[in-house]
Amino acid sequence: MLNNYFLIIISTVLVNNIVLTKILGLCPFMGVSKKLETSISMSAATAFVLTIGSMTSWAINHYLLEPNDLVYLRTLTFIVVIAAVVQFTEMLMEKNFPVLYKMLGIFLPLITTNCAVLGIPLLNAQASYTLLESAFFGFGGALGFSFVLILFSSTRERLEGAHIPQPFKGSAIAMITAALMSLAFMGFIGLDK
Amino acid sequence: MLTSILIILFLAVIIGLVLGFSSVQFKVEGDPIIEKIDSILPQTQCGQCTYPGCKPYATAIANGEADINQCPPGGESGVRALAELMGVEYKPLNESHGITKPKSVAFIDEDTCIGCTLCIQACPVDAILGAAKQMHTIIEKECTGCELCLPPCPVDCITMPEVEEDTENWKWKYPVYNINNVTTNKSKATH
Repeated sequence: MLNNYFLIIISTVLVNNIVLTKILGLCPFMGVSKKLETSISMSAATAFVLTIGSMTSWAINHYLLEPNDLVYLRTLTFIVVIAAVVQFTEMLMEKNFPVLYKMLGIFLPLITTNCAVLGIPLLNAQASYTLLESAFFGFGGALGFSFVLILFSSTRERLEGAHIPQPFKGSAIAMITAALMSLAFMGFIGLDK
Repeated sequence: MLTSILIILFLAVIIGLVLGFSSVQFKVEGDPIIEKIDSILPQTQCGQCTYPGCKPYATAIANGEADINQCPPGGESGVRALAELMGVEYKPLNESHGITKPKSVAFIDEDTCIGCTLCIQACPVDAILGAAKQMHTIIEKECTGCELCLPPCPVDCITMPEVEEDTENWKWKYPVYNINNVTTNKSKATH
């Protein structure tokens, strides 16, 4: 039983990494990775939203959509629910962590449009997980996202000081770095039996 | 078909309720001192204090970045009220930000107005009514007399006549008493 959850986490963080293997959520991956500090807080916010979002969307899928044969409404309802969860997180943060709220700024509402956040509940629904499994899947996905984002932003911070040929400076080298990271993560596929 | 509509409706109601409730529950109150300062300021939004409006000026006073004597429209009484609120000494108005003028409202000479809408864009309180190539006019009640519409007008058709006192807008004057300080003399006498 516990083994199962552990496997879900490992598989979502390393083998089926949401950013580098599924190529979802590239917008924040490229946008917020310039500074390590913001990328850490962005990961925390995304982790919170993803975990809560995958649990609520599981409940909606399981209790409302599947019994009524309305599976085709998944995308629509999940978008609405995720938008609401993000809004809720925003209010909670503004009240309790105003510094973090100011630091994240526009990226917090932008979590709504992070396709990883919609992708994970949809993958959840397809895999027909239980509530706890989907919570772990969401959390694992967020962990994978955070892991890659933090690795990438620390790499980019180092790249600032590196000698890069003029045409490759800025976004170009970031793209190349992301591609190399994606290649490296393909090596984890061997972990899966 | 009907169930899907009902389910979406149900979801929307639930989400609306949760978000509405939490927006009340997690309401963030702004710094109360800023609100208090802002309520003293005359809300002309004229920018003579070098800040882009009354609220930013209030924020700057609260943060100790601005002095209390930078608001000409508020006049002397405004500075006095601010000094009392902030617990600092009264100081005369800083004249580099302008001088207090008697209350006036803008007036557009409608024969000369060419309808360029430049003054509408300049007005901070939306007190000018008009459209492109149409004559503009001032909504007197809304005008704060900040004079921001004067510089952009290409034909100089805006004037700032003073508001004359009549039975409509006459108010009791603020009472001023000259209090003689007798205690200091007394204490000197006893010693």
